[in-house]
Amino acid sequence: MLRPLLAFLVLVLMGVSAPAQAQELQTILQSHADEVAKPGRKSVGVVIDNLIASGLPQVPVFLQNWQGRSVVRDEATGLFYYDKPLRDVDSGAEVDLGDVKLKAVKPNGGVRKVIGAALVQFQLSDPDISRRIDALDAIARSPDADQIGPLEASIDGESDAGVLARKEVLVGMLKARYGATTEDRVAAIEQLDGSLSLDARATLNQILTTKAGVAETVPESVNVARILTPGDDIAKVEAYGRLVDEGFAPARISNAAIKEALAANIEGGSVAGIPVHDLNTLERRLEAYTRLADQGVVPPAVTDERAAEILAQYTFYEAYTETDAAVTTAAETVLASIETSVAVNQTADLALDALSLASIYFLAAIGLAITFGVMGVINMAHGEFIMMGAYTGYVMQQIIPDYTLSLIVALPVAFAVTFGAGVAMERLVIRWLYHRPLETLLATFGISIALQQLAKNIFGTQARPLTSPGWLDGAWAINEVVSISYIRIAIFVLALIFLGLILFILNKTRLGLEVRAVTQNPGMAASMGINPDRINMLTFGLGSGIAGIAGVAIGLYAKVTSEMGADYIVQSFMTVVVGGVGNVWGTLAGASLIGVLQKGIEFLNPSNTLAAQTYMILFIILFIQFRPKGIVALKGRAAEA
Amino acid sequence: MTSVTENMVSQGGGARKSFIAQNPSVLWFLLALALFTLGVTVLSEATGSGVISTSFVKTLGKTLCLCLVAICMDVVWGYCGILSLGHMAFFGIGGYAIGQWLMYARTEIIVTQSLSAAAIPPTDQEVVDAIGTQIFGVVGSSEFPMIWAFSDSLFLQLLMVIAVPGLLALVFGWLAFRSRVTGVYLSILTQAMTLALSLYLFQNDSGLRGNNGLSGLQNIPGFEETSQATLSIVFFWAAALALGLGYVLFAWVTSGKMGSVVRGIRDDEARVRFLGYHVESFKLFVFTITAVVAGIAGALYYPQAGIINPAEIAPIASIYLAVWVAIGGRGRLYGAVIGAAFVSLLSSWFTGGSAPDINLGFYVVKWTDWWLVLLGFSFVAVTLFAPKGIGGLFDLIMIKRTPDRQGDYGPSEGAKRAEEGSVDVEDVK
Amino acid sequence: MSTLLEMSGVSVSFDGFKAINNLSFQIGEPEMRAIIGPNGAGKTTFMDIITGKTRPDEGRVIFGEKSISLLKMSESHIARAGIGRKFQKPTVFEAQTVRENLAMALKNPRGPFDVLLYRKSAKGGARIEEIASEVGLTEHLTRPAGELSHGQKQWLEIGMLLAQEPRLLLVDEPAAGMTPSEREHTTDLLVRLAEKHAVVVVEHDMEFVRRLNCKVTVLHEGSVLAEGSLDHVTNNKDVIDVYLGR
Repeated sequence: MLRPLLAFLVLVLMGVSAPAQAQELQTILQSHADEVAKPGRKSVGVVIDNLIASGLPQVPVFLQNWQGRSVVRDEATGLFYYDKPLRDVDSGAEVDLGDVKLKAVKPNGGVRKVIGAALVQFQLSDPDISRRIDALDAIARSPDADQIGPLEASIDGESDAGVLARKEVLVGMLKARYGATTEDRVAAIEQLDGSLSLDARATLNQILTTKAGVAETVPESVNVARILTPGDDIAKVEAYGRLVDEGFAPARISNAAIKEALAANIEGGSVAGIPVHDLNTLERRLEAYTRLADQGVVPPAVTDERAAEILAQYTFYEAYTETDAAVTTAAETVLASIETSVAVNQTADLALDALSLASIYFLAAIGLAITFGVMGVINMAHGEFIMMGAYTGYVMQQIIPDYTLSLIVALPVAFAVTFGAGVAMERLVIRWLYHRPLETLLATFGISIALQQLAKNIFGTQARPLTSPGWLDGAWAINEVVSISYIRIAIFVLALIFLGLILFILNKTRLGLEVRAVTQNPGMAASMGINPDRINMLTFGLGSGIAGIAGVAIGLYAKVTSEMGADYIVQSFMTVVVGGVGNVWGTLAGASLIGVLQKGIEFLNPSNTLAAQTYMILFIILFIQFRPKGIVALKGRAAEA
Repeated sequence: MTSVTENMVSQGGGARKSFIAQNPSVLWFLLALALFTLGVTVLSEATGSGVISTSFVKTLGKTLCLCLVAICMDVVWGYCGILSLGHMAFFGIGGYAIGQWLMYARTEIIVTQSLSAAAIPPTDQEVVDAIGTQIFGVVGSSEFPMIWAFSDSLFLQLLMVIAVPGLLALVFGWLAFRSRVTGVYLSILTQAMTLALSLYLFQNDSGLRGNNGLSGLQNIPGFEETSQATLSIVFFWAAALALGLGYVLFAWVTSGKMGSVVRGIRDDEARVRFLGYHVESFKLFVFTITAVVAGIAGALYYPQAGIINPAEIAPIASIYLAVWVAIGGRGRLYGAVIGAAFVSLLSSWFTGGSAPDINLGFYVVKWTDWWLVLLGFSFVAVTLFAPKGIGGLFDLIMIKRTPDRQGDYGPSEGAKRAEEGSVDVEDVK
Repeated sequence: MSTLLEMSGVSVSFDGFKAINNLSFQIGEPEMRAIIGPNGAGKTTFMDIITGKTRPDEGRVIFGEKSISLLKMSESHIARAGIGRKFQKPTVFEAQTVRENLAMALKNPRGPFDVLLYRKSAKGGARIEEIASEVGLTEHLTRPAGELSHGQKQWLEIGMLLAQEPRLLLVDEPAAGMTPSEREHTTDLLVRLAEKHAVVVVEHDMEFVRRLNCKVTVLHEGSVLAEGSLDHVTNNKDVIDVYLGR
């Protein structure tokens, strides 16, 4: 009795103002000592009520320990402690009682459940919001009828709007499944309409769980979901199998079993009078088996006709495990309505995906479009410039440990590196081949394989990570269905910035004017005093530089390997060709079309991205048939080629 | 052949020469090929002294097939100006077509053998099911897809070797040429076709065993007792024969008036059109016939290689083909042969690990790592400094005023620059 | 003289610029016609429309006794129907010999298999020799066309036009880059051709046109400004305005 006394003294000395708090948990426990030590399912309620009524902050901790079977009682004093290590129930401080006999308090399963329900109530009103969310998660994970009460009770005191909404939804879901009356449940189900959450759909699906059944006539008591017609809704073999499982029909003998039976009954080179070498057709085998069956050696086989007859006698159905038809009907209606809005939102999600894919293609292709459009040069090494940009990003991260800073540094450095590489390539190789675009294609391809192998030699074959800074982690979730990761948003913004930048350079600057002049008529431009050599060099550098920046962006969400460029090069060409050469808007249109198309095909055939790419390429080949000059075609004499 | 030659000779006139006289390289080539074939036969394990190992005979036989497909590439690119990045796909299709029969027939023999040990003889369906399980087990299936419908017939599959590449080329070519897609655009489009095909074959449900491809093709059904050494020399001869015939065929196609029109299309398509030739038909003819021969080359190659998978069809393979032809020298058939033989043999020497490493003191150059870098840059160098390729050396040796090589190095028309500017960059300077 | 080619109400515009504006034109067989006009009058586009290179936005172009419309036909089809064209800038196949150039143009079946199985005949050879001597290239038959001088290329192109044996010949500035004696030869050749064929000559050189001694059509801003004898049109007030710039 020393501790409580001391504690009391401390409290008095501190001049505690609120007398209610002077009450101690141990005191309450002592007043119900027997019930606490040997709780029974019925008696425990009073104890818990009293504990909760005390409003002591230590109560939830105690309940937890109680439920967790870590409360012990000093047999001599009758005081309760927490075990391992031995602690005081009030202060939580470790105590050393010396050599005393302790008896563990072991509430049984039923009691612990009651304690658990009481605990949920505490957690649901816990001042720490994360604890409240944890509690809600726990309920959503293993929903139970008992949780309705505490959950409803906690709604009133809820201060956070988000948590409040979630609680209300959760109550609805619980009521839908465990509500007392049909009306309650139907009302709760109808409340769920409009919710996009997976939990809501899971709840409804739970209610709508079906079980396969078969009977000669469907019993009235069964809440039938649908009747299955053998051959249409269910394979005949499977239907018959069910009859066999239910004991309604004899098992059929498989071809393999027939073969085995025949093999077991070979007598002197023949089976039931049929020579073994004759048994290489199913008909002859069946004939032999029938003869064996007639002799009574083997059980008779069920013929196809007989099987069909039996099948016709029975009705196959799926029945709801939920017997209340009103509930299932309501659930079906609501589920259908939810699924419609889920589909709408999925489309929106798909559109966002397509948009982000389109911005990646745009970034990857715009550099190519510029060089192709202005110079009529196909740069097969464009993909390798993307790779160089990504590796630059990786190297920057090795030098600068701060991801945000390294990213900010990497973008201009990647631009500079690939700009330099592009200018070098233009000066050393491409300008000698302006008359022969096919040879440019091949020469740049030579550079592409060399660069790829060089990267492999320097960085190795395994993928290098380009880690995005923390603030780009995660996703922006608009609702439960529609969400988009921040990286993709960042890439979208980057694509927008580049679209604006390139439009600005081409339309508002002297360089742009000269570039456009060279694009439209190189000879005329030259006679106007524009140096096409310089323009070509700068254009090529610009196109390559953008590839480098695209590389950093792509590296953030895909792996950086020496082969990553090859993954984008064909798509980039497609983007340029589909969009129409020599036009920024064309590239944008091409990228959008290809992005939307690829996502669309992937959605229709989600298991098979390879097939999606195949179909997309086929579509593009056909598209070129109808618009050989791309979506945004140059018109007039200039475009006639 | 002879009647044509006679007819040409009979016309008389100094300028009119016989086919052989017009194409002296045909005779020289056939002679060289015959000597080479005999030489390898004499030195091989099966029929000669065994100086050349069976695996090297196979390598040489495969190289001959590559030379044949390189000739196809040269005709379509060097002569007709279509830089096709799809001819290795036709080559692969030929390989798949013959591979289907090889694999089916061989599995059928194995399955029949193993089933014949059973007490009850198998039904036809059981045999087919067992073959299906054997072949498609790797992709978790046992059903025969539609694409294997003819695989039990050698004749039909041989027909497929010709028909599938031919039809694909015909349909694709018709679509591409009729919409007047030319130059770089066309190259990209053929590359896309190749990519689509290889991606399709990479799927398990394409019915051709996905990325596992077809394997065990070196075992020829019905010739289980024959040693690989003998088979290798038989295929070597077959490849040499095919190469010889292919060379003569394309020499014939690219000579005379056909050659004239085809090269005319390469140099100035529009002008040929105004002369009344339906350019698209000619292109389609050249594209299709080369695709068919490429398919045949593939059908001879893969039984020697033993395995085919979709990676063999990927666009990169077709680009390498273009590299070989460019290094060998476009616009002359023997240039393509030399390029394919030289680069592919050199490539297997370097990547096979037989090339000695170079120790620079601070770094050891391992050729397995650096060969591609060397190839890439030397290819750029060839394009820049020796556009005639290795074949150009023959002009130097012969010191002829008119080189064998007929025409320029390829079409000089840009993707779109050609007509719009009308003033070339060089004119501007 | 029956009408061989008739264009009516043809218009074509590039990016809003009307290159040909409601043009109507007729030529009979045989007939010689010279077309003159300042730069940008639409002479080249006019030829492009007839040969199928450019599709007009509206109008009709019909050819021959059967009045077939040229608008739906491809370039090669039109050429086979009997319309030959000589380009302003000589376009010959420079990598091929003069003989090969002429052989390609020779009137023969044009299908790929016809060409593949084509056998050189004595008749064809003789025809090539004949044309070569007409255009003065007999000595150069085995030379690559790329080695020829500019004038010789012009002749080769005219030779190719002859070899095609077209019913309608469209000749764009045939005399450019030729010596006076060559011009005379060209004039003779064209006049002789016009005895049996329809010949349209586009030319800037008035002296040359005068020597052709034929009906002249003046194009201006994509339509016919005047038509008649050279003297008639040169006295026309509109024509004078256009040429002298008012």
